[in-house]
Amino acid sequence: MKVELEADKCVASGQCVLAAMEVFDQDDDGIAILLEEQVGEDQLDDVKEAIAVCPAAAIRLVDQ
Amino acid sequence: MRRIVVVGASAAGLAAAETLRREGYDGTLTLVGDEPLAPYDRPPLSKQLLAAEWEPGRLALRTPGDLAGLDLDLRLGAAATSLELAERTVELADGTTVPYDALIVATGVRPRRLPGEGAHVLRTLDDALALRDRLAPGRRLVVVGAGFLGAEAAAVAWRLGCEVTLLEPAPVPLAHAVGTEVGQVLTAAHLERGVNLRCGVSVAEVTGDGVRLAGGELVEADEVLVAIGSLPNTEWLAGSGLAVGDGVVCDEYCQAARDVYAAGDVARWYNPLFGQSMRIEHRTNAAEQGMAAARNLLNPQARKPFAPVPYFWSDQYDMKIQAYGYLRGHDEVAVVEGDPAERKFVAAYRTGDRISGALAVGMPPKAIRQWRQAIATGASWAEAVRPTVPAADS
Repeated sequence: MKVELEADKCVASGQCVLAAMEVFDQDDDGIAILLEEQVGEDQLDDVKEAIAVCPAAAIRLVDQ
Repeated sequence: MRRIVVVGASAAGLAAAETLRREGYDGTLTLVGDEPLAPYDRPPLSKQLLAAEWEPGRLALRTPGDLAGLDLDLRLGAAATSLELAERTVELADGTTVPYDALIVATGVRPRRLPGEGAHVLRTLDDALALRDRLAPGRRLVVVGAGFLGAEAAAVAWRLGCEVTLLEPAPVPLAHAVGTEVGQVLTAAHLERGVNLRCGVSVAEVTGDGVRLAGGELVEADEVLVAIGSLPNTEWLAGSGLAVGDGVVCDEYCQAARDVYAAGDVARWYNPLFGQSMRIEHRTNAAEQGMAAARNLLNPQARKPFAPVPYFWSDQYDMKIQAYGYLRGHDEVAVVEGDPAERKFVAAYRTGDRISGALAVGMPPKAIRQWRQAIATGASWAEAVRPTVPAADS
């Protein structure tokens, strides 16, 4: 699965980092950055949690 | 369990519905919303949407495809009007009765209003679009209430060229929430830009040409925005037997009654991390609590207390304000990093002998995370903020 991030929607809450630290980080302004675009089965639950807690609905998971 | 009803189709209700599906619930899932719109995001209403930087389509919380994937029995534009706990039914404004095996209440809040007609409030997309239509260079806007919502709207209106007056009953805006010193720092941003801030004034009513203060003075305006807080939407639960007291009263599992849970702005629950009952009107709490309520509902044998560190942010002018924890009722505030005069700082909040909150303005995320961590672990004030300096070897 591929993770998509709409950085211009990001509100810098850092909720995604708390949910999936291996996949997301934040830049110095707090805007989320993707550490990995492709995520495996073992990370899927964490990414889904990040999608659910993102207060800006800025993250999506895309089937490839 | 074959029929779950979620009342409230905003952030908390949507999160609950999604979580129920993610956790494997495959029965009938009814999502009831009083607005006719698919779930949309509210924080941008007083920011990008009001500023006309974003159009309404960007606020959709999920794509039509994602929503369809949830296989919902979606009842939009039909507010819930009553609950029969014993019968396990919810009555809707369109006259239909929806039976349930389990229920999640996520009906949110609505704005407090003032006597008199013609003022704007800011809660729904329609509210925001109506206000946005009226903001233009030279227009006089009076904002009643200098809380976070009023301050954000004032900042946007100022940027659009409006003449903005902010009226606030307290001596220092936001002091009850963030403390006097931090309140003054946030307030200075308005004053520097020429926003007319008047504190210690209470507004009696909205009139055709502005607002009338309690002392009788008329403050003239082309438009009035009332931003004086919210009231939980619990009237439809009157007589249902659910305990209501400034919100739906829940235990630490977000449970209000047998097979009934509540989440989001409307839920007053016991947060064990802070050892007190709270009702939180933050965007992030809506999603987290919707998820927590859904999980506890589905897994009563393995239910978990909902013990979050509340989080909110606010954008005003060039300031990004972020706060973790429960600041209300704090005993002490200390600036622990940076300089308030430069509007780059972290302030820590003490309640009793522990660190209960932290508020940051213009600080990088790594500078804030450690403070969130201290709050999440229930660190004492002494160890988090005033560590004992080891005595130097003599």
